[in-house]
Amino acid sequence: MDLVLLPDAATEAERAAVDAAVGSPGHERRDLLLPAFHAVMDAVGWISRGALSYVCDRLHVPPAEAYGVATFYALFSVTPRAPRTAHVCDDVGCAAFGGEDLCAALEERLGPPGSGEEVTWTRSPCLGLCERAPAVFLQRASPSAEDEGNPEATRALASSPHDDAPGGDHAQIAPATADTVLRALDGEDVDGPDPVVSTPQAGGPDLELLSRVGVVDPGDLDSYRAAGGYAGLRRALAVGSARVVDEITVASLTGRGGAAFPTGTKWAAVAGSPEPEKYLVCNADESEPGTFKDRVLMEADPFALVEAMTVAGIAVGARTGYLYVRGEYPAAERAILRAVAEARRHGYLGDDVMGSGRAFDLEVRRGAGAYICGEETALMNSLEGRRGEPRAKPPFPTVAGLFGKPTVINNVETLVNVLRIVAEGGPAFASIGSGRSTGTKLFCLSGVVARPGVYEVPMGTTLRELLELAGGVPPDLRAILLGGAAGSFVTPDQLDVPLTLEGTREIGATLGSGVVLCFDSTTDFAAVLRRIAGFFRDESCGQCVPCRVGTVRQEEALARIVRGREIGGRTIELQLLRDVDRVMTDASICGLGQTAASAVRSALALGLIGGS
Amino acid sequence: MTTVDLGTIRRLVSVTVDDVEHRAPEGATIMDVLDDAGADTPRLCQAPNLTPVNACRVCVVEVEGSRPLVPSCARKVEDGMVVRTDTERVAHSRKMVLELLASANDLSEAGDDVARWQIEYGADPERYGPPGPPAAAGERGNRHAGHHGIPDGETRATVAQPVTVDNDLYVRDYARCILCYKCVEACGTDAQNTFAIAVAGRGFDATISTEFAVPLPDSACVYCGNCIGVCPTGALKSVAEHERREAGTWDPEGETVTTTVCSFCGVGCSLELHVQDNTIVNVTSPSDHSVTHGHLCIKGRFGFQHVQNVASPGEH
Amino acid sequence: MFGAGGGTSAYSEVEDTDLVLLWGSNARETHPIYFHHVLTGLRRGAGMYVVDPRRTATARWARGHLALDVGTDIALAHGMGRAILDAGLENRAFIERATTGFDEYVRAVEPWTLEKTAEVTGVDADLIRETALAYARADRAQLCWTLGITEHHNAVDNVRALIDLALLTGHVGRWGSGLVPLRGQNNVQGGGDMGAIPNRLPGGYDVTDDGHRARFDAAWGSAIPPEKGLHLSQMFEAMERREIRAVYVVGENPAESEADVAHARALLGGLDHLVVQDIFRTATAEFADVVLPSCADWCEYEGTVTSSERRVQRVRKAIEPPGLARPDTEILCDLARRLGHDWGTPSPEEVWDELRSLSLDWHAGMSYARLEAEGGLQWPCPSLDHPGTPTMHTRLWERDPALRGTPAPFAPVVHAGPLDELSPEFPLRLTTVRRLDSYNSGVQTGGYTSPLRREEALCVDAADARALGVHDGERVRVVSRRGAVEAPVRVDAAARPGLAFITPHFSEQVDVNLITNEAWDPQSGTSEFKATAIRIEKLAVGARVPVAGA
Repeated sequence: MDLVLLPDAATEAERAAVDAAVGSPGHERRDLLLPAFHAVMDAVGWISRGALSYVCDRLHVPPAEAYGVATFYALFSVTPRAPRTAHVCDDVGCAAFGGEDLCAALEERLGPPGSGEEVTWTRSPCLGLCERAPAVFLQRASPSAEDEGNPEATRALASSPHDDAPGGDHAQIAPATADTVLRALDGEDVDGPDPVVSTPQAGGPDLELLSRVGVVDPGDLDSYRAAGGYAGLRRALAVGSARVVDEITVASLTGRGGAAFPTGTKWAAVAGSPEPEKYLVCNADESEPGTFKDRVLMEADPFALVEAMTVAGIAVGARTGYLYVRGEYPAAERAILRAVAEARRHGYLGDDVMGSGRAFDLEVRRGAGAYICGEETALMNSLEGRRGEPRAKPPFPTVAGLFGKPTVINNVETLVNVLRIVAEGGPAFASIGSGRSTGTKLFCLSGVVARPGVYEVPMGTTLRELLELAGGVPPDLRAILLGGAAGSFVTPDQLDVPLTLEGTREIGATLGSGVVLCFDSTTDFAAVLRRIAGFFRDESCGQCVPCRVGTVRQEEALARIVRGREIGGRTIELQLLRDVDRVMTDASICGLGQTAASAVRSALALGLIGGS
Repeated sequence: MTTVDLGTIRRLVSVTVDDVEHRAPEGATIMDVLDDAGADTPRLCQAPNLTPVNACRVCVVEVEGSRPLVPSCARKVEDGMVVRTDTERVAHSRKMVLELLASANDLSEAGDDVARWQIEYGADPERYGPPGPPAAAGERGNRHAGHHGIPDGETRATVAQPVTVDNDLYVRDYARCILCYKCVEACGTDAQNTFAIAVAGRGFDATISTEFAVPLPDSACVYCGNCIGVCPTGALKSVAEHERREAGTWDPEGETVTTTVCSFCGVGCSLELHVQDNTIVNVTSPSDHSVTHGHLCIKGRFGFQHVQNVASPGEH
Repeated sequence: MFGAGGGTSAYSEVEDTDLVLLWGSNARETHPIYFHHVLTGLRRGAGMYVVDPRRTATARWARGHLALDVGTDIALAHGMGRAILDAGLENRAFIERATTGFDEYVRAVEPWTLEKTAEVTGVDADLIRETALAYARADRAQLCWTLGITEHHNAVDNVRALIDLALLTGHVGRWGSGLVPLRGQNNVQGGGDMGAIPNRLPGGYDVTDDGHRARFDAAWGSAIPPEKGLHLSQMFEAMERREIRAVYVVGENPAESEADVAHARALLGGLDHLVVQDIFRTATAEFADVVLPSCADWCEYEGTVTSSERRVQRVRKAIEPPGLARPDTEILCDLARRLGHDWGTPSPEEVWDELRSLSLDWHAGMSYARLEAEGGLQWPCPSLDHPGTPTMHTRLWERDPALRGTPAPFAPVVHAGPLDELSPEFPLRLTTVRRLDSYNSGVQTGGYTSPLRREEALCVDAADARALGVHDGERVRVVSRRGAVEAPVRVDAAARPGLAFITPHFSEQVDVNLITNEAWDPQSGTSEFKATAIRIEKLAVGARVPVAGA
C-alpha cells in the first residue's frame, strides 16, 4: 500500500510504547490498532500526530482511517490531555446518588472538565459500578510501562498484546469522594472495588453463576480447581464437540446480553460451517447503563469465563477466542489477563488443551469507551481495528463474523452458564424456568434499594421476590428502569411480573441486560430522561440517519418539554417524539437506534414527565 | 482449461413485491427488483459503482419476517421473499429520514430527485425549531466522542459550517454533507485505494476528515476527484463549479453533457464533459463504463484546462 | 504480438487473475484507472510482483519488488525463464502445441543462472526465483509493461523476452492470462492500427504483403510504396544526412520530447521546410515555416481512439475549437485538394466506414451505431454480428492444428546493457519517469494547477546526496556525455544508491532531454530515455545561493 504519512516524528516514549505493544509486523495488522493506541495513551496520555503516524507505519494502516478510529472512542484523545483523568459517572445510576455532587466538587477543585495539564476530570456515562455510586474511573498514563513488568514480558507483548499485565495504571473508585479522587489523581494507589461486596448472596446456597464469588481466589488457579474448576472442560472434551453443542441447544440457553438469541443455534451454525477458520468472541463490553454483572463475574471468578470460553471454542471449532473487555474495567481486565496466563501455563490453553490434542487460545482486547461496541458486529469491527460501527445483517456473524469468518459471539454471563450445562446436561438446565427462559439469571439492582448488587435467581422469579432479596420493595418506589437505558420503565403495580423473556414482554418491557434500577418519588425524572436521551446522542455511532439525527432531535424535544417551551404545544411535541421514535425503531441499522427511544416512550406513557 | 470468462452461475429466485411476483437473479438486491419494476425508490447513499453501506436508510422496505425495516439497496433477494413498499411504515420512515436530513443539512444542491421526494413524502424539517448557529471553521472536527453540550431545544442542531477551500481543484462544503460514506468508499477500497479521507468522530459530530483534519495538500489526496463524482449533495464540488455558483453564473439548464475519451494515457477512460457557455465546467465518467466504473484520475477530471486557456500553452 | 500489435487481455481479466507481474510500469501513477482493475484483482486474492528500478507507488502494493538495475530486463527475464525450467514448471503442453523455437530459447537462457542473474541485475536471487515460480505456478497470470521496457535501445528485444516468459508458462490466450502493454497515449494503439507506423497498413496488414496492398491500392486509386517507411529516429538520421529536407509534424513535439534534444533542435532548424499541425504553438512550432492550428480531437471534433485493450471508442465534440483551429481531417483534405486530389469533405463517420471497408479482420464490424450502443468494441471485430474480442489468441489453445494457426515463436534474444555506460566519469544512472498529475512534455497538463506539483528536481537517494555533499534543494549541475543542465536536488525514497530520476514534464525548468541519450532501438525507433549516465557537480560557490544554505 502506498501510505502517505504526516512528517511529524514520534517521541522516544511513543515509539517504545508502540513497539512494546505491537512490534513491527511488516504487513497490515489493522487489528492491532486499538492495542497500539492504548499503548500510546497508557504511556503518554494522548495520541499525537507523530504517534499516530508511527502506529500507521508499523501496522500499515492509512492515517486518515486510523484517525477515524482514534476519534471514535471516548477514552482516546487526539489532542493534548492531562495524563491523569478522572471519568466521573453522571449517568442514571449515579447522578442522583452522589454523581452530580461529585462533579460539582471536582469542578470547584480542578476547574471545568478537561482543564488542567497534569490532572483533569470529565463526565462519563455509566461505569458499571452502580451498586456503589458514585463511581469514578481513573485513566492514568504511566510513562514507563516497561519498568513495571519484567523485560521478558514486555518483549512477549510484541507477539501477543496484553499478554499478562494491562498497560497504564488505571483504576476504579466507588463510592468515590472528591478527596479520594484527588488523591488517586496524584498517583496514590487505589484499592479496586471488592466484587464480593457487590454480591450480597455471596457464599449462599442455590447459587450457580455466583457460586464461586467470594469462595475462590480469583488469582489462583488451584483455588478454582479446588472448587470444581475445569471439571466442565474435562467433561466437554470427553463427550465431544457435537454433544456439547447439542446439550447447549437442549438447555435452551438464550443470550444474556440483551438480545436473548438462542445460544445453541449460533453454536450449531458455526460448528457446522465448512469454513476452516472460525472464531469465538466473548462480549465483555458491558456498557448498558445500570449493568455490572459481567464485571463482577470477571473480577471474582475469571477462571470460570476462561474455562467456559475454552469449552465453547473447542465445541464450535475455533482455535482462537477473543475476549473484548470494556476499557473502563481495569480490575476485570487484570483478573482475566492473570487467569489466561495461568491457564496457559498449566496447559488449559494452548496447542494441546488438557492433553486433548485440541488447540485453543485466548486474546484479550480492551475496548476504548464506546457503548455501541457492545453491539456484536460493532464489536467485531472494533476488534478488527475499525470504527465501532455495526454491520448490516445478514450476513450474520455465524456466517461472516470476525475477519469475515464464522464466529460465535456470546456475552460473559451466557458463557459462564455453559459450565453448568456441560456439568449437569441440557435437560436439567432447561427444567429451571419455562419456555425460552431457562436457567438462572443475574440481575443488577441499584438505585433506591436497601442492598444493591448482583443477584442470581431462577428465571420466572417475580420482580417483587427479587426486590425482597435486596431488602424489600423500596418505600415510596415510583418506577423501575428494567433492562437498562435501552429497556423501559415499570411501575410498582407491575411488581408481580415473572422475570422471563415472555413475562416481561407481556407488560411491554424487556429483561435486557438484567438492570433493575429503582427510583422513588423524589426522583427528577426529567433529568433522568434527558440523561438517557443525551446518552444515546453521545453513543450513537453516527452511521445511519435515523439514529444519528433522531437521537439529537429526541434530546432537543425533551429539553423543550421539560422546560415548558414546546413548539406548537404539548400534543405536537409528543407527536414529534413519536415520529422520531418510530423511524429510529423501524429503520436504524442496529439495536442501539432501535431501542434509543424505548425508555423515553415508556416514561411518557407512564406520565413520569410532563404531567400528561 | 477454459480460454473464456465463465462468469457466475446464477439461479432465478421469486420475490413478491406489493403482491406482485417478480423473478430476479440471485445476488440481485431488492432495489434492483424495484428498479426493474419501475418503482421510484428514494436513495442517497446508494450508487451503482459502490458497495452498499446502507447508511441513509431512505430506501427501506418491509420484508416479511423482519421486525425492523430493511434497506433495499443492500439486502439481497431470497427465494420466496415477500416485500412491501406501499405501507404507512415504509412511507413514515422514508419521510422521517428525508426530514431529519433536511433539518440538519443544506440539501439545496442535492438534486431534483431529492427535492421531489421531500415533497412527495411530506418532509417538514421546520417543525424541529429554527436552525442553530453555524459552527466555526474546524470546530465540529474537534468535538470529543461521548461528550456534547446539553441543548435547550430552542434551536435545532445542524452541521452548518464554512466551506473548506484548501486547494485549487475542489472545495468541501460540509454543511451539505449527509455522511453517506460515498466519498470515503470512492477514496478507499471501492476505487482509488488512497484512503485520504475517512469518517472521524462519532454520532452527530462525525465528520469526513483527513488525519487530524489537515488540509488536503498535506494529506494523501491525489485529487482524482472520485469523491466529487459520487457526492450526492454538492458537499464536494470543483472550484470551477463553486466559483460559478458564488458568482451567480452557474447555469445547469444551459449545460450540455458530451461523452468522449480522455486524452492523457492509453487506458481509454470514458469522459462526460459538462459544458456551460462553451466552457468545460465539470468532468465525470459513466458509472456503467467497463473501463472506469465512473472513476477517473486527476488528469482526466481536471486536466482539461489546456483546451480552455486562451493564454499561450507551453508557459506552465 | 504474434502478428497482431496489441495487448492480448481485456482490463477486467486482471480482476480475475491469480498473479500480476508489472514490469517497468508505474501504473499506479501512469495508468491509474487500469491500476484500479489491478487493485480489484489484489483484493480478490491475486499476488503482485513489480519489476522497477525505483520503489514506486506501484511497487509498494507488491508482494515482491524486483529493483533491477536499469537496462537489465532481458537478463532478469532469462534468469526467471531458466529458474522456471530448472523447476520443471514450463507448460509442456502449450509449448509443444502452440510455439516454435523452444530449444533455441532454452539455449538462450541457459547461461542465466540465478547467481549470474542476480549479479547482473542487482536483484536478490531468492526473489528472482520466488517471482519466477509464482508466475509459473499461477493458474492465471497477467504480465503488463510500459515504458520501462520500451524506452531502451533494445526495446523490442525486451518485449520479446517478456513474451517468451508467457509462452514458457502458457500465460497467454486464456481468460485471466495474457500480455498487456499499457499505452502511454490515448491513441497510440489506434494510430498504429490506422497504419501510422512505418511497416503496417490500416488494419494491421503488413505493408510488404502484395495481396493486401493491392486491395488498398485499388480502394485508394494510388500505388502504395511496397517497402517499410522510416520511423522517427530514422527520419532524424535522414535529416542529418540531408536526405529529408521537408517535414510535416502532426501532433508531436520533438523539439522537446526527443532525446539529446539539442541535436534534434539543430536538425529541425536546418530543414528547408517544416510544417507543424498541432493544437498548440509548441516548441517545435517555433521552428516551423507553416503552423496549421488543429482541433483537440478528444473534445473539439468527432472520431475514434483505440485503447490498450484494443477497445475502439468514440470521441465527440463538446466545445467549439478556438480561433482558426480546424479538424485534422479537414486540414488534410484541404491540403490534398491543393495538391490536386479531391477527397471531398468526408464526415468522420465516412472516414471510419472507409477504414472498415479495408480493415476486414479488425474493424469491419464496428459501425458508429454499434460503438455508440455498446460503449466501444475490442478488435478483432470482423462483422456486424461479431461481439468483439476481449481475449486474443485463444486459438493457440485449440486442439485442432488448423484452428490453432501459426504457432507463436520464442525469441532467443540476447541481453545488452544500456549503451550509455556508467564510467568513473559518469558514475550515476539517470532515468526519466512520469508523475501522476502530468503528461509527457507538459504541454497539456501545464494548463491546470495541480496541488501535487512541486518544482522539478533531480531525485536522488539520501546516500548519494550525502556522498556528494549536496543537500535537499541545492541546485547542481547534471552532466552527461551530451550536455549539462542545472537542477535542484531532492532526496527521494523512490531512488536508490546509484540511481537518480527526473521527469520530462517541465523542460522550461529542467530541459532534461539535453542530456538524455539519442541511441535508439533499431526495430522500433524508441530512444534510450530510461538510461543516461550522468555525474552530479556542485555549483561553484557564489553561482547560486542555496535555498537552505549553511
